[in-house]
Amino acid sequence: MFEEPIRLGLGLLTGIVFGFLLQKGRVAKYHVILGQLLLKDWTVVKIMGTAVVVGSVGVFALVDNNQTSLHIKPLLLGGVLVGAVLFGAGMAVLGYCPGTSVAACGEGRRDAMVGVLGMLVGAGLFVALYSPLQSLTKMWGDHGKLTLPELFGVSPWLLVAGLVAAGLLVVWFVESRPRRREPLETPGTRHAAG
Amino acid sequence: MSNPLTKTAWSPYLVGAGIGILSWFAFATANHPLGITSAFENTAALAGQAVAPSLEKSHPYYVEKAEQGESPKIGWEWMLVLGVFVGALLSSLFSGDRTDLKVPPLWRSRFGNGTAKRLVVAFLGGAVMMFGARLAQGCTSGHGISGTLQFAASSWLFVVAMFAAAVATAFLLYGREGAKNV
Repeated sequence: MFEEPIRLGLGLLTGIVFGFLLQKGRVAKYHVILGQLLLKDWTVVKIMGTAVVVGSVGVFALVDNNQTSLHIKPLLLGGVLVGAVLFGAGMAVLGYCPGTSVAACGEGRRDAMVGVLGMLVGAGLFVALYSPLQSLTKMWGDHGKLTLPELFGVSPWLLVAGLVAAGLLVVWFVESRPRRREPLETPGTRHAAG
Repeated sequence: MSNPLTKTAWSPYLVGAGIGILSWFAFATANHPLGITSAFENTAALAGQAVAPSLEKSHPYYVEKAEQGESPKIGWEWMLVLGVFVGALLSSLFSGDRTDLKVPPLWRSRFGNGTAKRLVVAFLGGAVMMFGARLAQGCTSGHGISGTLQFAASSWLFVVAMFAAAVATAFLLYGREGAKNV
C-alpha cells in the first residue's frame, strides 16, 4: 500500500516546491484562473508555457543520458477528448485546476476546499464506473503511446528547438508591448474612474 | 532588499522556469512526471476498499489494476499532492497572502453573495473536472505541463480541447460584459 520511504520523501519535497511556486505565481486564485479563461489575464499561459519550454530541454537531455525515461500517456481518442471537455467545463465552474485547487486550500480558500471534496467524489465515480467507461475511452480507437516526433518522423530535439524559439518570440512580442495594469482582487473598483 | 519569500507574487516566467526545472528534478530523482490527479484516484480507490474490502476481489477496477501491478497505493504522487498543500501554505504564511474567502469577488459580481450556491457549484465543478481528468488520464499538470514537454500526442490534443471547453464555459458563465470585471 505504501511506496518506499525515500520515494515518499522525494514526492513530498517536490510537492512543497511545486505548491510554493504555484502560490507565488498567483494561480491559486479564482480571479486569475477565470481571468485566463476570459482571455484577460495571461498568467496561467505564461507559467505553463515557460514550464513546458524549460522542462523539455532538461528532460530530453536526461533521457539522452539514460538518467530517466519518457512517460507518455496513450492516445485513447474517446477518453482524451471527452475527458478534456469535461475537465475544461468543470475547471471553469470551479475556478481552479487540480494542482491549483490543492494550493488554494493551502492559501485558505474555502471554496477550493469544497472543490477538493468534489474532486474526490469525481475520482470515486470514475473508479466505480471503471468497467463500463472503457468502451467510451476506446470509442475512437487506441493509438498507443504516440509522440509528435514519431508522428512527424523527426528528432525530438528539432521540436525542443522549435519550442524554445517560439517561446522566446512570444515573450519578446508580449513584453515589448505596453503593460496592462495588474488585475485587482476586488472587481469593479478599477473601472469606477472610467 | 526585501526577502523574495515574503513577496506575494513572483514573475510568471520565473515561476514557470522553476516548475520546468522542478520537472527535471522529478524525472531525475523519481523517474516520474509531475501530475496531481492519479493520487485522487488512488485515494478514492483506497477509501472504497476500506469501506468494502470484498471489492478488491470482485470489482473490475481493482482486479485489472492488480493485474497491471498498479493496485491503489500511497506513493510518490500522493505525497506530491500533500506537498503542494504544504508548499502553498508556507508561501502564503511567509507573504501574508491568505484568505478565508468562501465566495470570490468576481463570482459575487456575477452570481451574488450566496455562500451555499458557490460551494455547491464548486463541489460539482470539482467532481466533473476530476472525472474528466481520470477519463483522459491527466490534468493541467500531467497532460498540460508534463505530457506536452515530452511531446505526447495525447497531451497536446488534451490541452487544445481542454482550453477550448474551459474558455467557452467561462464565457457562457460570465458573458462578454462579465469578462470586463476581471
